[in-house]
Amino acid sequence: MIGFLIRRLFGIAVTLLVICALTFTIFYLLPNDPAAQFCGKDCSTDHIELVRQQMGLSDPLYTQFARYVVGIFAGQTMGSGQYAVHCGFPCFGYSFQSAQPVWALMMDRLPASASLALGAAVLWLLLGLSAGVLSALRRNTWIDRTVMVGTIGVAALPVYFTAMILLYLVVTVLGWMPYPRYIAFSQDPVAWIRNLILPWITLALMYAAIYARMTRNSVIETMEEPYVRTARAKGMPERKVVGKHGLRPALTPVATMLGMDLGGLLAGALITESLFSLPGVGKLFADSLNKADQPVVMGITVLAAFFIVTSNLVVDLVYAWIDPRARIS
Amino acid sequence: MTAPLRPADAGGAGAAASASAPAPSDPAPQPPASPWRLAWHRLRRQKAALVGLGIIVFFVLAALLAPVLTAISGKGPADIDKKAVNPYLGGLPKGSLGGMSPKHWLGVEPMLGRDIFARLLYGAQVSLLVAFSAALMITVIGVLLGITAGYFGGRIDSVISRFMDVMMSFPSLIFIIALLSVAQNANRILLLIVVMGVFSWPYIARVIRGQTMSLKHREYVEAARACGTSSARILFTEILPNLSGTIIVYVTLAIPGLIGAEAALTFLGVGVRPPTPSWGQMISDSVLYYKVDPMFFILPSACLFLIVLAFTLLGDALRDALDPKGRTA
Amino acid sequence: MTALLEVSGLEVEFRTAEGIVKAVKGVDFTVERGKTLGIVGESGSGKSVTSLAVMGLHRAASSTVTGSVKFEGTELIGAVPETVRKLRGRRMAMIFQDALTSLHPYFTIGDQIAEAYREHHGGSRKAALERAVEVLGDVGIPEPRRRVHEHPHQFSGGMRQRAMIALALSCEPDLIIADEPTTALDVTVQAQVLELLKKLQQERGLGVIMITHDLGVIARVADEVLVMYGGSAAEQAPVDTLFASPRHPYTRGLLDSLPRLDAAEGEALSSIPGSPPSLLNPPPGCAFHPRCPVYAAEKNPLCTGERPQLRLVAEGHRNACQLDGVTA
Repeated sequence: MIGFLIRRLFGIAVTLLVICALTFTIFYLLPNDPAAQFCGKDCSTDHIELVRQQMGLSDPLYTQFARYVVGIFAGQTMGSGQYAVHCGFPCFGYSFQSAQPVWALMMDRLPASASLALGAAVLWLLLGLSAGVLSALRRNTWIDRTVMVGTIGVAALPVYFTAMILLYLVVTVLGWMPYPRYIAFSQDPVAWIRNLILPWITLALMYAAIYARMTRNSVIETMEEPYVRTARAKGMPERKVVGKHGLRPALTPVATMLGMDLGGLLAGALITESLFSLPGVGKLFADSLNKADQPVVMGITVLAAFFIVTSNLVVDLVYAWIDPRARIS
Repeated sequence: MTAPLRPADAGGAGAAASASAPAPSDPAPQPPASPWRLAWHRLRRQKAALVGLGIIVFFVLAALLAPVLTAISGKGPADIDKKAVNPYLGGLPKGSLGGMSPKHWLGVEPMLGRDIFARLLYGAQVSLLVAFSAALMITVIGVLLGITAGYFGGRIDSVISRFMDVMMSFPSLIFIIALLSVAQNANRILLLIVVMGVFSWPYIARVIRGQTMSLKHREYVEAARACGTSSARILFTEILPNLSGTIIVYVTLAIPGLIGAEAALTFLGVGVRPPTPSWGQMISDSVLYYKVDPMFFILPSACLFLIVLAFTLLGDALRDALDPKGRTA
Repeated sequence: MTALLEVSGLEVEFRTAEGIVKAVKGVDFTVERGKTLGIVGESGSGKSVTSLAVMGLHRAASSTVTGSVKFEGTELIGAVPETVRKLRGRRMAMIFQDALTSLHPYFTIGDQIAEAYREHHGGSRKAALERAVEVLGDVGIPEPRRRVHEHPHQFSGGMRQRAMIALALSCEPDLIIADEPTTALDVTVQAQVLELLKKLQQERGLGVIMITHDLGVIARVADEVLVMYGGSAAEQAPVDTLFASPRHPYTRGLLDSLPRLDAAEGEALSSIPGSPPSLLNPPPGCAFHPRCPVYAAEKNPLCTGERPQLRLVAEGHRNACQLDGVTA
């Protein structure tokens, strides 16, 4: 088990390094010049060259990359002379535009993203699992048909549409709440929920529909398994046959999918964040793109990759914990 | 999920349920009905599939005939009609329902007064062109690499599989956005197709790899190998035909995702650029007007919803029809 | 004294997308305590469907079971589901063909046995696990105290099937239905498992239904044999009688297709031509007539007329062939 973990962690490190390298190379090759941007509009060519030198941008690609990777762990001093800025561990670069380390910028925005993703996940799990299980157990009844028709429609709804309709109905027509804005949980938990409920619904609806369909198929398939028949044959009451023998294996693939979706969402709920102007990582990303603040763009890409590979590992561990066949002895 | 289409036992596994009846007096078994005909037969019984197919045909025709249809309606997608908007009301369309009139069948955009009907038609062209081309690209790459990894195994497989793992750990949405936003001067449509294709093929490749691995141990493949048939020939004449059902289902279900992604990227301002009309861009423009000119917002959203829904309906039905396992009532 | 199990006029129908499938069309048999009834037939003959119907394991949503199944005089068809559930596992237990898929992959063997035991007998988890160790020992699993904590995938095929038998025995049932219990096993392991079943049955006076397509298994364990074809009974007789003087052409065909040590050298193994009948569109009359050598020779209209029923043709010997006694 420990050997497996070490091998997986090593694999993760390699994957992240490859992703870093690819991302770094692509940004390096692109015609944007961070020095020119940093310097501003009225910079002379000589001055730009000076800034470039001081920021270390004239070094070869691999030197810059090595400095970036080492800097993540050891921190680094960006630039030299009058522009020198120190950026400590974990250093994902320094945004000269906002005069802050990228890590601080990202951590500042992470709570909003995590709030959005986790809250939406709770919502879509509640909706998706209950609808899916109900639909599977009442297969071919009107409940099943309603859920199936409903989910296929909901899954096709564009998020912009859901968001705007919700805003229009709840805020404009019914006036139940003001236009949502992000309030930290630590500041006011009730306001946190009230303001996030619309973004949660917007983000959760599509996932809920997909999870409902997947859960239904999984439950139907599992309930046909011989081991479920065995549970019945040994006289277990239907409640236990379904709850213990059927649902556990049926929900394993759902847990796997949840891990991957959550990992992708921490920086991937871009549209929902921008529709509701939530100050999340996705919004930071969009803003940094507009400002061409490349260190931040690069940092968020690496952070997002980190979340994805970590959640893959967590999924594998959870899987081994649920299903003894997946355990490596 | 989707089992490969096996010509020999398309009748299913359940001993009681299957029974493809050979004529009782005829000791020689009849040739089984062609699996494609069987699938078509099953597909035709599903109304949802026909509805989906109908909507797809409708949009494809609309996109193809866009120049003809706009010639009839008399308004091109870029024609500015200031007379159709009211300058005193902030440029809102004159008349009800977003300015629907005999001149502008589906109304006009606020401000510029461009014809929505024409822009939707040309937007469909872009949407479908991007989605179909990207789908073609992921199919070709995914099938080639998946089949190669699955069939040859060993070192080839581990190289391709590692590559797929890295690609799937990429925060693709974030990365695509970053890439699209910094590559300013490229052909947007081509770039969209390429980046979406590059990041989507591993999903189909993984499915194809798994199925190829199970197919290559089938008797008829081993028989072909024992006869000294070349690997390429086995791949293309024995294995690929048996994967075709899976590929068709997978591609059909991938297209709505690609259409949605194109719209999302354009919505975020990194996809198709004006003056090329596109649904994502229309939605993005219309979000500002959702309260005062709801038609402008609803029409492109509805188109997006319908086409995504149609492909999902068709894909689901195809899966049921081509997957002998999921057939029992 | 009432028989342990009395089945009469049992019919099972499935509603499928293609139409109604009559999987079992009126089967009668009796199982006595301490005796083994062998049910033999090809796949699709309705033998497994029959056994699941006895256990009440068909889903009401997609199937209809009619007729009568009496367990010690209690009618199970149409009974309250809870009544049947309490009998399942406790008084009548089932051994399935593929122990790997029939045992739950997530739980240990011990937990799976203990769970059933506690459901029917109550008591602590510890006592139930103790019981699991005991039955695992009974079925010849070495080191049961250690293996009780292992998962099914850690067992070999033969050991898994033994664990399955232990699960069935754990509540000391009176009737055991074994559905192809040895088909998935190697030949040597097959023999061991059959011996074990036979030994346990004799020790405990169990009634056993042994379902198989393998006449070798029948010869080894059965007292009475029921031959099924296309959802109906074809022939029923004590095992010695059936092997010595089969009367139904299908039974004769089955016996002829067994390899024999005393066959002349170079003699080809015979087989029954054609394939099992469609249950969706069964042939009229006797389900076997399209493949029957006697019908092929005589074209007797009796064979395509009414559906044949079992008739008593000799002491303890019943045959469904219409031509029995007609052409003799």
